[in-house]
Amino acid sequence: MTASVETRSSSPTTVNALTSPGGVEAWHVESDVVPLIAVSFIFEGGSAHDPADKPGVAQMLARLLDEGAGDYDSDAFQERLAARAIELSFNAGNDALGGSLKTLVKHADEAFELLRLALAEPRFDQDSIERVRAQTIAGLKYQQNDPGVMATRRFFEEGFAGHPYGRPTSGTPESVAAITRDDLIAMHRAIIARGRVKIAVVGAIGSDNLANLLDKVFGALPEAKPLSVIEPAALHKLGSRIVVDLDVPQSVIRFGMNGLAWRDPGFIPAYVLNHILGGGAFTSRLFQEVREKRGLAYSVGTSLVSYRSASMTWGYTATKNERVIEALDVIADEMAKLTSEGPSDDELQKAKDYLIGSYALGFDTSTKIAHTLAQIAFEGLGIDYIGRRNGLVAAVTQADIRNAAERIFGDGKMLTVIAGRPTGV
Amino acid sequence: MDTASKPLLRADAASFGRTEGSGPSLSSFTLDNGLDVVVIPDRRVPVATHMIWYRNGSADDPLGQSGIAHFLEHLMFKGTEKHPAGEFSKVVSGLGGQENAFTSFDYTAYFQRVARENLKTMMEFEADRMTNLLLEESVIGPERDVVLEERRMRVETDPSAQLSEAMAASLFVHHPYGIPIIGWMHEIETLNRDHALDYYRRFYTPENGILVVAGDVTEDEVRRLADATYGRIAPQGKRPLRVRPREPEPVAARHITVADPKVEQPTLQRLYLVPSCRTASQRDCYALELLAEVIGGGPTSYLYRKLVMERGIAVNAGAWYMSSAMEDTRFCVYAVPAEGVSLQALEEAVDQVLNTISAEALDADSIERAKTRLVAETIYSTDSQSSLARIYGSALAIGETIEEVRRWPVEIETVMKDDLASAAERYLIPRRSVTGYLQKSAS
Repeated sequence: MTASVETRSSSPTTVNALTSPGGVEAWHVESDVVPLIAVSFIFEGGSAHDPADKPGVAQMLARLLDEGAGDYDSDAFQERLAARAIELSFNAGNDALGGSLKTLVKHADEAFELLRLALAEPRFDQDSIERVRAQTIAGLKYQQNDPGVMATRRFFEEGFAGHPYGRPTSGTPESVAAITRDDLIAMHRAIIARGRVKIAVVGAIGSDNLANLLDKVFGALPEAKPLSVIEPAALHKLGSRIVVDLDVPQSVIRFGMNGLAWRDPGFIPAYVLNHILGGGAFTSRLFQEVREKRGLAYSVGTSLVSYRSASMTWGYTATKNERVIEALDVIADEMAKLTSEGPSDDELQKAKDYLIGSYALGFDTSTKIAHTLAQIAFEGLGIDYIGRRNGLVAAVTQADIRNAAERIFGDGKMLTVIAGRPTGV
Repeated sequence: MDTASKPLLRADAASFGRTEGSGPSLSSFTLDNGLDVVVIPDRRVPVATHMIWYRNGSADDPLGQSGIAHFLEHLMFKGTEKHPAGEFSKVVSGLGGQENAFTSFDYTAYFQRVARENLKTMMEFEADRMTNLLLEESVIGPERDVVLEERRMRVETDPSAQLSEAMAASLFVHHPYGIPIIGWMHEIETLNRDHALDYYRRFYTPENGILVVAGDVTEDEVRRLADATYGRIAPQGKRPLRVRPREPEPVAARHITVADPKVEQPTLQRLYLVPSCRTASQRDCYALELLAEVIGGGPTSYLYRKLVMERGIAVNAGAWYMSSAMEDTRFCVYAVPAEGVSLQALEEAVDQVLNTISAEALDADSIERAKTRLVAETIYSTDSQSSLARIYGSALAIGETIEEVRRWPVEIETVMKDDLASAAERYLIPRRSVTGYLQKSAS
């Protein structure tokens, strides 16, 4: 099966669905222009599955997978990577533990072998655990009083109170201090399993060769057992305004409301609506009203967040303490206008043009292609999604936008968290 | 709209990836009005990266007007007679393109990424704003507020950024590399339309620019489009002069501290004044590049192994070298202390390690590994047309040649152990250094 990214000009990326002799599935883009291979993979299961009293286990696991595996202790393992300039990294979020591998073609066998060891035979040596623990705690402390980090932390604590998404994914200095080797081993067993991983590979490697390597790396992993169920959650405390006191001249603001999941049929209209409100171009309403016209902030925007069991639209900005109220009023005003009047036809068309035209820009490096494909696979959108996606955007109507605005903005109530010393809040 | 500078604490070394010896089949030429052009073909996707670089950065800010290069970069989005404020951005966005700009010490650059058929439109707009910027008084105030908010966000709320600024200001006793790219708060507040206009007229000329186009394009096509757009701008006769003082030979080892109640995790940084790729005699810059990788590039580096793995006195340690600069530049060593270790004790340990580089750090395996990583970076960078455009644009903007960029991996390969030892002995010495502590204050 193949699929292509349709742009207005032509179709740059052909993706093959590959199944290895051992039954490992992956999406594969063969390209021999650059002599490298980029792999991206995502295992279902992440920080939301941390023990309730020990947030941070999944992230610590991600940091320990390349700290020694098989016969190699941490230093020996890192030396094998470095000696061939193989780049291997892991990360964990709420719902997943993912990673990426990048190697020169000539070192592919060694690179895949090191990936296999990291996934299947991590050592969890006590000295490595202690070192990573110390690094993690130092990192947490380094950011402890950063206004952006404080605002985000509090936003999740309040917005998802009582739910796993409300816990800090990287843990706290106290929780990280309490994590044991057994916690890590249990989390490794729960997550790193066959049937739970989505894989994308881009680069100068043929499908037969790749299929054999995938069998070696993923084929021997244990079968997946069910993970604990993460209950669906909606953002709490809409309508609240919370201040985190910090003696800084500028307040960092996070605001959030309902969202739509990527898999929801209403997602694409919501995505277009978000682009109009606060998407990543200089043309968004918030960028124009908050930054360009009033000089209230350097950065302002919104994005859709889609977790497995919750979704939201959330926004960010930062302005000097004296102008926080003004900034919040402008933001609320723009959302109210967008709800009551909707975008103009021209504005809607331009937003669609941007989202359609720019889609191909995300497919210009091997690493980006692999990452995007693995995400699409993880969301269960299908290998034809990259071919369908621009058509979905093109089909969005004013009625779709009105519907999305109703579902997202609702009565206009938001959860707002402000870190700083805002005047008059 | 951004300031480009080194991140404060990096887990890995700053390997400024270049292209491999053979390199991509790029071409270059100069328009009749003096604008330099570089074309980097990349046929994988029907996309083009269009960048214009100007040979002026924050180190060219007139005295008392720190931040003007960066402020003008913001103002370049504020419209011309032909295209009012915001129109360029609307057009880019409507075409599904992406855009941005950044200011560094030595250059300012603007770029768009678009479908290849829209390249000419980008060139028309970019050429238009090279000379026809309006700068209406009404846009100056709000945009200055934006920059002040940017500075508050990046620096005023972040003690570690304040330490970085203080260390640079201390390292460079005379050269403007000691002044932050974004400018000092009290000087940004006074920047006005006249400052911006004077600066714009002085530096935004065809002779001062470098056009870099990477992507699904040919040399002929770019030449034709560039002639029809940029080529119509009248030359100024010569490239504007950049007046840069030379840093005196340093004599004083300096120690500074930023103490702030918000600091929960202390850190240690050390900067050394060292030659850049433009000021180094012989091959010192290649030696320094490799030295940074050997002693401070990731978890197999000498500093990490000694301080983190063996002694456990630090939780992280590393080094980087900012080779890309017109004048003498910085070599950084950093370490994050383990729980309960004082910055003084950590500094002593760092010095002990640095003093044993010649004797212990330069085994053949470590050197080979560092070379492999640096050279692989250059191959990895060919995977991204944006990266290639940045590598060549920034090199040319500071006066390097395309040939020098292409030869870089070969130069790295031929650095010898003695070159590394010699570079460490000559440059990583107290009188060339500033040591910075970030620590908690009572309140």
